[in-house]
Amino acid sequence: MLKKRLIPVLYLRNGLIVRSQEFHDFREFGNPINQLERLNDWNSDELIYVDITREGEHDLKRDDLKVKSQSDILDILRAISKHCFMPLTFGGRIFNVEQAAAFIANGADKVIVNTGAYRSPSLITQIADRFGSQAMVLGIDVKREAGGHRVYVNQGHEPIALSAVAWAQRAVALGAGEIFLNSIDRDGTGNGFDLEIIAAVASAVPVPVIACGGAGAFSDFQEVFEHTTASAVAAGNIFNFTENAYVRAKKELSEAGCPVRPFTRFK
Amino acid sequence: MNRNDLRAPVGIVDYGLGNLQSVLNACERLQQPAVLIQDPADLATARAIILPGVAAFDHGMRSLHSRGFVEPLRRAALCDKKPFLGLCLGMQLLADWGSEGQGAAGLGLIPGTVERFAEGSLRVPHIGWNDIHVNPGRACPLPLRDGVDFYFVHSYYFKPQNEADVLAWTDYGIRFASIIGRDNIVGCQFHPEKSHQAGIELMATFFGSLC
Repeated sequence: MLKKRLIPVLYLRNGLIVRSQEFHDFREFGNPINQLERLNDWNSDELIYVDITREGEHDLKRDDLKVKSQSDILDILRAISKHCFMPLTFGGRIFNVEQAAAFIANGADKVIVNTGAYRSPSLITQIADRFGSQAMVLGIDVKREAGGHRVYVNQGHEPIALSAVAWAQRAVALGAGEIFLNSIDRDGTGNGFDLEIIAAVASAVPVPVIACGGAGAFSDFQEVFEHTTASAVAAGNIFNFTENAYVRAKKELSEAGCPVRPFTRFK
Repeated sequence: MNRNDLRAPVGIVDYGLGNLQSVLNACERLQQPAVLIQDPADLATARAIILPGVAAFDHGMRSLHSRGFVEPLRRAALCDKKPFLGLCLGMQLLADWGSEGQGAAGLGLIPGTVERFAEGSLRVPHIGWNDIHVNPGRACPLPLRDGVDFYFVHSYYFKPQNEADVLAWTDYGIRFASIIGRDNIVGCQFHPEKSHQAGIELMATFFGSLC
């Protein structure tokens, strides 16, 4: 039986791991290479890295960190992949098929494309044709507003006219093999997942949906699987700031009768 | 070349597709020397062959043809009887025919075809961790255990002509072949190099017992 996946997400900004809240207010807390030991210990179902560095920003603010270009991110990815025998998904700042190819060549199994796919939808087809749909994950950032849910691109800065369901369906028709659905207004709040939009998108597309944004308690993961047909749940902060969170979350899901892969330590 | 010499390298076929780094990383972890093979003539220097691949079937076969790999790979597997491990698309390419894309003839090493999962109540691609059931109908060269989870990510599956070529099944709406094997040739639909302990152990077994 196919298991429900539990996926830690790590946000990279200027080469450092940050915590994010509502897509602004970023706090650095780790060096991605130093985090490797913990990542290996987790033995998680999958890892998602999203590079949320904004173009040009590093030159202004963080010149000292010397992480300026995508090639530095590729170095980080290569170092991570050497030690992690689990699926790695990488996203952020992918605007053409060659950038996607560089991530895959350096250890990513799948890429998440968000703004780049919106600007140029044919990018979805190009990546799917070259690497297969299973490697082409569409990232959708959605925010609950007075009039309903609205999709934003450009890291939450730019609203688009398409609904999350319409954009997801269009992307799947173009070749997207998975949807990474992130809630902007729940991001980093710990207020629980936005079940309504997750359920709507998951029931509208035939591909797996990864739900992200808002996990504050382990029971939040179970809620997603109880009330929606999402295939996976993802979270950042809860795994980064709670002791043994990954193991405990797995245990709780399993005890609640959710089909998850048992936790094993990597020897 | 001595096939029993564990220091002799395993050859990973580099035909321009797939995450070769992951396969190299797994070999490194197992202290198994490995080389990328870009020139078919170099297959002779490898004590075993790994055919990886993340791509569409027809695209994969076109790449093998354009680099002159098809006949040398068949010779290495069938005449030289080199231990041969196909991973994901590399497993599917062992078949006679794949329907993906425009359709293409495969390497024809294990009789069967590669078909797409039917759309319907199931989500396609099949992505995530799923367990295997060892085929009780045949002796298995690998010490496989029932119920162990491996990482899958695929939309097509291998449909063998003979059930005797199936080492393990997995359920996803239908029962499909997750590990196939015939003589010196083994193919895994999942990614052992991405399947933690279970996957690394399976690769260790391949290097240790089959090679």
